[in-house]
Amino acid sequence: MKKNLKNKIALIGAVLVVCVYGIFGVPSGLSGRDLLDAMSKRIHLGLDLKGGAHLILQVHVQDAVNDETNNTVEEIEQDLKNGHVTYSQVFKPDPQKPEVIRIEGVPAAQSSAVSTLLDGGKYSDEYDVSQGADGSFTLTMKPIYERDLESRTDQEAIETITDRVDALGVTEPQIQEYGLGANQILVELPGISDLDRVKTIIQSTARLEIHAVEGGPFSSEQAALASVNNALPPDEEILPASGEMAGAGGGGAYYILQSMAIVAGSDFRSATPGINQNTGQRTVDFTLTDEAGDKFWSYTSANIGKSMAVVMGGTVREVATIQSGIRDSGEITGAFTPDEVMMLSKLLRTGALPASLSYLEASTVGATLGADSIREGVTAAIVGVLLVWAFMLVYYRGSGINADVALFLNLVILLGFMGFSGATLTLPGIAGVILTIGMGVDSNVLIFERIREEIRAGKTASAAVDQGFHHAILTIIDTHVTTIVSAAILFIFGTGPVKGFATTLTFGLTANYFTSVFVSRVIFEAHLNRLKPGEMVSI
Amino acid sequence: MEFFHEVKIDWLGKKWYFLAFSMIFSVAGIISMSWHWAHIGSPVPLGVDFQGGTQVQVQFPQTPDITRIRQATEAAGIKDVSVVNFGPAQEHGVLISLPEQTSDTGLDVGRERIESALRKHYSSNFTVRSVQVVGPTVGHQLERQAALATLYSMIGMLVYLWFRFQLIYGVAAVVACFHDTLITVGAFSLASSMGFNGLELSLTVIAAILTLVGYSMNDTIVVFDRIRENLRLSRREPLPDLVNRSINQTLSRTVLTSGLTFLTVLSLFIFGGEVLKGFSFALVVGILIGTYSSIAVASPMLVAWQEWRAKKGRATSLPAAKRSRA
Repeated sequence: MKKNLKNKIALIGAVLVVCVYGIFGVPSGLSGRDLLDAMSKRIHLGLDLKGGAHLILQVHVQDAVNDETNNTVEEIEQDLKNGHVTYSQVFKPDPQKPEVIRIEGVPAAQSSAVSTLLDGGKYSDEYDVSQGADGSFTLTMKPIYERDLESRTDQEAIETITDRVDALGVTEPQIQEYGLGANQILVELPGISDLDRVKTIIQSTARLEIHAVEGGPFSSEQAALASVNNALPPDEEILPASGEMAGAGGGGAYYILQSMAIVAGSDFRSATPGINQNTGQRTVDFTLTDEAGDKFWSYTSANIGKSMAVVMGGTVREVATIQSGIRDSGEITGAFTPDEVMMLSKLLRTGALPASLSYLEASTVGATLGADSIREGVTAAIVGVLLVWAFMLVYYRGSGINADVALFLNLVILLGFMGFSGATLTLPGIAGVILTIGMGVDSNVLIFERIREEIRAGKTASAAVDQGFHHAILTIIDTHVTTIVSAAILFIFGTGPVKGFATTLTFGLTANYFTSVFVSRVIFEAHLNRLKPGEMVSI
Repeated sequence: MEFFHEVKIDWLGKKWYFLAFSMIFSVAGIISMSWHWAHIGSPVPLGVDFQGGTQVQVQFPQTPDITRIRQATEAAGIKDVSVVNFGPAQEHGVLISLPEQTSDTGLDVGRERIESALRKHYSSNFTVRSVQVVGPTVGHQLERQAALATLYSMIGMLVYLWFRFQLIYGVAAVVACFHDTLITVGAFSLASSMGFNGLELSLTVIAAILTLVGYSMNDTIVVFDRIRENLRLSRREPLPDLVNRSINQTLSRTVLTSGLTFLTVLSLFIFGGEVLKGFSFALVVGILIGTYSSIAVASPMLVAWQEWRAKKGRATSLPAAKRSRA
């Protein structure tokens, strides 16, 4: 019996040591400041406590589908030309359905050649091909391939954002998929509470593209539309110019562009800011990837004398006349601000986003608010603990010490769990800790009340303690399970802060089962061993 | 020390008072919720995480002039802006909110315009303490999640109690929990119609309500456990007497535990700061109601069920435990 008790006490001591290690690790010193530092390294604080930004982004995966089919359109045209097939056009009939490509005007004599070309693995792997009656073919991207492309786009977007965030030296950022297959990304950036800054880091619109110019400048969108008799061809779009370019025309300038870019986003290998030697204007010097360089070369050499436009963020930044064929490097002199030039070169260095992004949710918490929240939460917790401690001492006298020790150990184990699991402590999480104090002491109350009843029924001290624990234990299991059920459901359905609440509540109650049933029992046993025969426990 | 020594209260004899009390609060809550429904389209003012919209919490170095801030934002062409004081007066906090948006595009524009309007009038004499901008997509996702979470947790409890006790115990406990949830949400609704700021139904409040469901279930289980134990020990005792005795035997524990939890939650309500106001308010109200309901709703339901069965001439006693205990 005595040996057994010693083992139990040793076990409790070991758990205590392990949990204290969980909270503090190995601190550099024992002063309050060192301990606090050590603790903040082990226990991860949520954004609501340390300040930071939380965003949910929507990846417009349709952009990536659009890019992919644009490339296919070009490839088809090239293949048809190489095969000396005549056709009237290869185009995408519906801007709302970027996954559909149509080929029209293939003479009947050549349609079998086109079928053979399209059914070859190059296209039929990615597209479902159907043949129309009038020499037309329709290619629709296979849903399975489209989904695959979408998830690759999500992954690329996550990688790109991670690169950009890392380049800015944000500590412990979290960038991950969010929701199920909804193409959403969760971004959490601790320590940054300025949304404008966050947005420039992620910059959904910083996608550099070069488009062929079909007409312009026009003084208004209506004028641009009027120039094409109000019937804009499906493969063209009207974009406004921005910055200095818009100012020059007086009030604004609009261009009609081919909506398909000649080079875009990931075609750029690098870009560096520079100054034009002759004019002193700010420039962006760029180089293209080999593949894009070939494409750019064939376009520019075939279209000398025509205009092309540099587009960023949905506005035209520069329109230049093609002087000669350009292969893989060039210089853009345009209506860029110094910040934009810097940003552009930085963004291009870290890779382009495969699709544009928009914000579904954005929230920030300033560091001061976070610090206030910690202070308030900790104050509430300390007041709560002190009240409960005092009450238990007054109401249960000697046994109150037992409950108080158990409660203290409960909190130590809870925090130890937090340290080991790497779970995040949020403000509602602190509330969970506070609630654990109140609910955790419930187990002690249940047991103590039962012991009192047994004593009233005339049992001896040791029998009363034994029966008290025995009867209360099943009730305690029931009450813990129901609360953990609701906490688990909260964890599954909740977002960041609420997850933190579910975590501390679950850890707290699990620890509570150990402290109230096991630790408290051991303390009673140790106490009973010292009682003289006939003496009662103080309860 | 002992608060309750050998109490012999006839709880079931007071069941009509309990019913009246529960009805008054439920009906008051329902009326207030319908009033809100008619005016704002939801039974309780919803937090920005459900409702969608923009909320900017700003702190000024001196007492802020609400009218001036409103004029400043309105002059910048921001429509439907709401400006209210936020937090303790000495902190000079202001909460500026814009209503729900209909689409996700340009989500962040409202926030930018609020901040630039403030900069124009106060230069940099203010700090943005927190920002929350929620688009309709996320808001609706969250609403659905919250509804599902509440539903699943009720079902989870019901199944657990069914498994551990009997279906009727589970049903009685779930009815009691539903009663608690209704009255707590009703209290939110009432408090906000009486002009308390910041009491909105947010995801954190849902978390508090689910915790209450668990908590109220705890209280109910403790009483039920005792009823079941007593049923086994004295089978001939009339059920109302037995239930009364069980409630009285556990009364001390019930009152102590909820008293202690109430103390901690009250300290959270008082010291826990503005962010957790709604959360701790729900707990303060809910713990009181949850304790009351396990005595006044769940147990009388068990007895009513048994009396109803007796009238139909079926078995007249509640099933005792499925499992045996020493």
